[in-house]
Amino acid sequence: MVAYWQDFFRRNGTALALYLLISVACWMLLMIIMPQIFMLDFSFRTNVPPPLWGTEAHGYTLEHYQYMVYGSAQSTDSYNFVDLSVFGRTILTAILVTLIDLALCYPVAYYLAHVATGGWARLMVMALIVPFWVNELLRAFAFKIMFGSTGIINNFLIAVGILDQPFDFIRNSVALYSGLSYAYILLMIFPIYNAVESLDKNQIEAARDLGSPWWRIHWRVVIPHAKPGITSGCTMVFMLTAGALAAPQILGGPSSLWFTQIIYQAFNQAGNWARGSAYAIILLATCIIFVLCMMKIFKVKLGEIAR
Amino acid sequence: MSADVQLDQVWIRFGDFVAARDVNIHIQEGEFFSFLGPSGCGKTTLLRAVSGFSEPSEGRVLIGGQDMAGIGPNKRPTALIFQNLALFPLMTVWENIAFSLEVRGVGKEERRKRAEELLELIALPDQGEKMVSELSGGQKQRVAIARALAAEPDVLLLDEPLSALDLKLRQHMRTELRAIQQRVGITFIYITHDQGEALTMSDHVAVMSQGVIQQVADGNTIYDHPETAFVASFVGENNLFKGKVSELAEDYAVVDTPSGALRARRAKGKGDTLSRGDEAFVFIRPESLKFINGSEVDNRVKAKIKQQEFEGSFWQVFFDVVGSDRSVKLSSVNDGAAFGHNVGDQVDLGFSADRAIATPVGELAAE
Repeated sequence: MVAYWQDFFRRNGTALALYLLISVACWMLLMIIMPQIFMLDFSFRTNVPPPLWGTEAHGYTLEHYQYMVYGSAQSTDSYNFVDLSVFGRTILTAILVTLIDLALCYPVAYYLAHVATGGWARLMVMALIVPFWVNELLRAFAFKIMFGSTGIINNFLIAVGILDQPFDFIRNSVALYSGLSYAYILLMIFPIYNAVESLDKNQIEAARDLGSPWWRIHWRVVIPHAKPGITSGCTMVFMLTAGALAAPQILGGPSSLWFTQIIYQAFNQAGNWARGSAYAIILLATCIIFVLCMMKIFKVKLGEIAR
Repeated sequence: MSADVQLDQVWIRFGDFVAARDVNIHIQEGEFFSFLGPSGCGKTTLLRAVSGFSEPSEGRVLIGGQDMAGIGPNKRPTALIFQNLALFPLMTVWENIAFSLEVRGVGKEERRKRAEELLELIALPDQGEKMVSELSGGQKQRVAIARALAAEPDVLLLDEPLSALDLKLRQHMRTELRAIQQRVGITFIYITHDQGEALTMSDHVAVMSQGVIQQVADGNTIYDHPETAFVASFVGENNLFKGKVSELAEDYAVVDTPSGALRARRAKGKGDTLSRGDEAFVFIRPESLKFINGSEVDNRVKAKIKQQEFEGSFWQVFFDVVGSDRSVKLSSVNDGAAFGHNVGDQVDLGFSADRAIATPVGELAAE
């Protein structure tokens, strides 16, 4: 270990080595570890106004976590059905969006990696990337306009006679699902592309030569090879979708609250940072546990994802 | 089951590039057939046309008499062994071998049993549970063969499968491949740029250059009776003289070269196009070239010894020959007697017309 650091300093020179160490340490500490620790701490404290922070009134409590499950003491319900159902729906929708993205992106990634050639492949990559130069909020609004009652989609469906009056895509969450699916599509395509691309083409041909139909080639040869990339993509899309705020805020119908919106309200409208922190911790912990379970089930190691 | 393979006026083009030019070959069922040629000569392209990964631009590929047009590689009675083997690294050895059975919906127990039998055949019993990465190069080679054989192909196609192995293993695998072919009795089509492999294993060899089949014959004929300048210069070593045809008989030609008039057999088949006054090559193999002192021979050239190398079982001697700027080589078996020649000696070299061959001027193999 000592030898490693000595070598690290010799290779980079003292100044650069110190800079690298300090910048990485600052990044980790200030931007990742400290905020999370503060939030964890806050989530276990009584909600009091800032002047009382650090005083005796700012003691430790489990009330915010209890609130998430049982609701307020005045409530007649035995459980906090509103928050729990929003939480459950958020997780389920995030799973659904992840599966939709996987179904859309695997074929595209495979096509890019093994079928498309030269200029055509570059053009496709551009077509995938360029829309993401547009701001996330603007993209969400664009979806809102597109799916609106006088939007291009309703107009088209009415024009060709499939609908006789506009369909409310927003109230029915179609716009939300579409917006969320599109929001993180690149984070699904590129990890899968990287994994699939490293597969030796001869293996595909060998499977074909041995009589395999195309679906079995994918099932037995391509997908097992791409599994780390698929897991990596699914993890990112799931985490980010469950934690998305802009798309649900703009595209969500009046009745479909997203869990992040509840957290947002707790921080910014209810002025209840403690409860917001507790909810954020619950979301984070659930997502991490869910992803770890999936990795266990699909036998993927953390190291493989980082490849 | 085994099947014959017919390439009938096959042309393969990629844009302006012609990878195979009017190829007509009939490969008999059950034979070991090799395509031999330098890299880029079109032999792999032909193999891919037989396996179904590409279609000829013109002409037909027939396997067992059946036209293969429009039939994909997964439907053809062929199995291909790739140059890099393309074993599936995420499957165990036995799963690799039994993959074609899995495709056909054979039950797991039956697959396992068949894989064991094939492991027996390739002399790797009880290695089925290993991962491919745990095997040595030669073992992977044999697993690739077993995987292809498990599909019970009528024709096995091999794309330079030995090129990644070291010399010793390669020589061992030659013998083994030939033995496996004789045991299973199906047609083997083998692609190689290594003439040693082609000559030792094959019933017939097709020598190929720039998309053109130069000659199809058994190894002996290819070596002793080359039909074109390319075959004569590509297969084995050959000394070359260039000149003009001054006399033509039924079987012999006399070629006037700056080194003297040389009498040689006329090339047959494709190379049987000489007429008087044509430019021609005369080829003579190093082992057919002799030192002579006074005795009668068909051909005689004057030379000076430039260099000599002792290689144990034989001597290699290099000469500058009067009238030729090409170095000439002679190999002489080491019979235990003193060699008795020195660098710088002026000598007469001779060879029999029967051992020499005259071909029309044409493409030569790269040195």
